[in-house]
Amino acid sequence: MKTADQTLDEILALAAAHFKVPREKLDPDDDFFKTLGIDSLQTLDLLTKLENHFRVELPDYELQGVSDFRTLAGKIQARL
Amino acid sequence: MLETTKDKKVHEGKAAAQDQCAVGESALSWTLADGVIELALHRAPCNELGSSSLEELEKFATALQLVQGEAHALIVHSEMKPGFCAGADLRELYQRSQAMEKAEAARGVRDFLERIHRVFNLIDAAPLTTIAAVHGVTFGGGFELALACDLIIADKMARFCFPELRLGLIPGFGGIPRLKRDLGNAVVRDLLLTGRSINATKAQQIGLVSQVVGEGEALRAARSTAVQLRKFDRATATAAKKFIKPIPLDELRREIDIFCELFARPAVQEGLRKFVESTDAQPYLP
Repeated sequence: MKTADQTLDEILALAAAHFKVPREKLDPDDDFFKTLGIDSLQTLDLLTKLENHFRVELPDYELQGVSDFRTLAGKIQARL
Repeated sequence: MLETTKDKKVHEGKAAAQDQCAVGESALSWTLADGVIELALHRAPCNELGSSSLEELEKFATALQLVQGEAHALIVHSEMKPGFCAGADLRELYQRSQAMEKAEAARGVRDFLERIHRVFNLIDAAPLTTIAAVHGVTFGGGFELALACDLIIADKMARFCFPELRLGLIPGFGGIPRLKRDLGNAVVRDLLLTGRSINATKAQQIGLVSQVVGEGEALRAARSTAVQLRKFDRATATAAKKFIKPIPLDELRREIDIFCELFARPAVQEGLRKFVESTDAQPYLP
């Protein structure tokens, strides 16, 4: 099973690649809406990317209020 | 050479399509080639279904009835990057309902629903095999359009959702009866009552999606499937479809009534206002 750090690192790498942002510009505690500059439809894209990558289901309501990569990683880690 | 009735119908259907395509900012367009009708949705940002889209869908439905004898398959797809269709045009719904007296707004909503049901019922029962090739956002009315089709082919970035409860409404374009017909009540309850969205893989697991393909590959896969469909006798395929895919007319009628009852409540106007004015990154969530 992946560690929490591995999960976080993979999320950052995946977000950087998908939204074409340099990986080094992303910090675990960043507000990803602001850092990635994404709207609601792109947020859904990110959710789908994460679900496909980690092979988990993330109900939207569990992510309500989540805006930083670290908390997001915790939500995914709980479903691995 | 004498023009046969069939030729005339095809000609009329194509003429109707050309009229439609002549409109500058059209929401959709369609082609017929090699027995396959392709209906492309292309209204920015994500094919929201409002009054202009409905008018064009009605023209398409009329043309479809004229040319469907010449085709064995219909593919519905989106040319918009964010997805297949984000559902009803809630901004238009809100603005129109604000500009009208309550009773007039209620009549307008019922009329809109009756008209879109007629179009979706025609697609649902069309005597050819219909395929929704979807990607990205397939929400609300977009999900309901896909459900009117016989097969759903989804790229792996597709997401399906009935977010209507956030507004104090239920899906109004036939989604509940059709999803119940196709998958059963438990799936309807999950998607309807939680308002959560599901991805293509999950949708395939529960039997909603017939094929999941790579990003950007849904239309190609739908075209490949349409080639396969051509191998079968059309009358046999039509008889099989009619047997296995009844239109749940009573429930569709009840759905319109419930939607209109709910729409009359002040909470719905407030829900629409909040949605229209929202700057939230996840406005579809309650």
